[in-house]
Amino acid sequence: MRRRQKRMVLALLVVMGVGAAATLGLRAFKENLLYFYSPSDIAAGKAPTTQSYRVGGLVGVGSLKRDEDSLKVSFDLTDGASSFAVQYTGILPDLFREGQGIVATGKMQNNHFVASEILAKHDENYMPPEVSDALKRAEGTTAMPHEFGGPPTATEAEEKTQ
Amino acid sequence: MFKTIKNWFHLMGSPRSFDRIAGKIIPWLIAIFTLLTLTGLYLGLVVAPTDYQQGESYRIIYIHVPTAWMSMLIYVLMAIAATVGLIWRIKVADAIASASAPIGAAFTFIALVTGSLWGKPMWGTWWVWDARLTSELILLFLYFGYMALQAAIDEPRTAARASALLAIVGVVNIPIIHYSVEWWNTLHQGATVTKIDKPSIDISMLVPLLLMTFGFKFYYAGAVLARARGLLLEREQNTNWVKEIIAND
Repeated sequence: MRRRQKRMVLALLVVMGVGAAATLGLRAFKENLLYFYSPSDIAAGKAPTTQSYRVGGLVGVGSLKRDEDSLKVSFDLTDGASSFAVQYTGILPDLFREGQGIVATGKMQNNHFVASEILAKHDENYMPPEVSDALKRAEGTTAMPHEFGGPPTATEAEEKTQ
Repeated sequence: MFKTIKNWFHLMGSPRSFDRIAGKIIPWLIAIFTLLTLTGLYLGLVVAPTDYQQGESYRIIYIHVPTAWMSMLIYVLMAIAATVGLIWRIKVADAIASASAPIGAAFTFIALVTGSLWGKPMWGTWWVWDARLTSELILLFLYFGYMALQAAIDEPRTAARASALLAIVGVVNIPIIHYSVEWWNTLHQGATVTKIDKPSIDISMLVPLLLMTFGFKFYYAGAVLARARGLLLEREQNTNWVKEIIAND
């Protein structure tokens, strides 16, 4: 084998070796790389009970209650399959509203999830308000996004099979 | 056809003709970059409509998204140039790889900073350790590591060989960055433009985004050629062709 070919093989082996190592490593740490649990995961007992963790879902429509004279709020967090009550005291991000995807950090206490931080998640869709209104009129209701446990949309289901 | 391409590679592989050709096309690349970017900024910041959910804040995508794409593209090009330099020992390829690193690091840095500025009002936080943000930060460290390794070795050929291996190893991070939002639950949202079905962005918002994307590619092309030219002149300073250029100035 010529020296140039040796170097080619070396480069190829490095790429394959590192690729294989990364795949195995990422598979081993899959659970640790999750940024948040879903309400269904919590119902199934997958989340830790002693330390605080993050949970992501949608703010239940019609469930938001604000305290009259403090920053205390309570609302239901849902993924369509399971839901539970969340309590939080503090300033909410601009995108926080009913039906919005959020990620809350905290712990379960007496069947309530007491959050210490609430972050809003936004989707990957960008459109002018008029287009969004037209879409809503056409659909009637907003469907639960698949990432929060709702049924996959037609395009998402198609992607999965490809 | 194949012969023409081969001849062109041989021509560009010689530092002397690379210097001459790069010197001619750099001004054009920078002119196209300026034109595309100014049009893109005007359409994106003034003409494009506000977003249904994020209002005016979404306009930061016109910087954030193109720079984030460039941060990954430049890494791949840098690794390819470094590999070509490693296997075929072409000085021009080594110079292109070294010249790419600071430009790629700058794009990565801008992507991280603009993302952070966007995250505070929208998500409610400057930074989270989710898979997308963390893997992009690792990309910045890979660029820094590559630059530090080159700077630590005095002999240019040894430096190119050692850092090429680091560049090749780091390529594994690129698919991780791209697919992180699909593989794991992340706070960062999924892909908007680069997905299989049609992009989930209104056409009036997509056009300026694409203009910015192409504009930044021309910026990279111009900047990397200019930097590589400088590196080659420095490394070849004792050769006749460089002495001729200096004598003619």
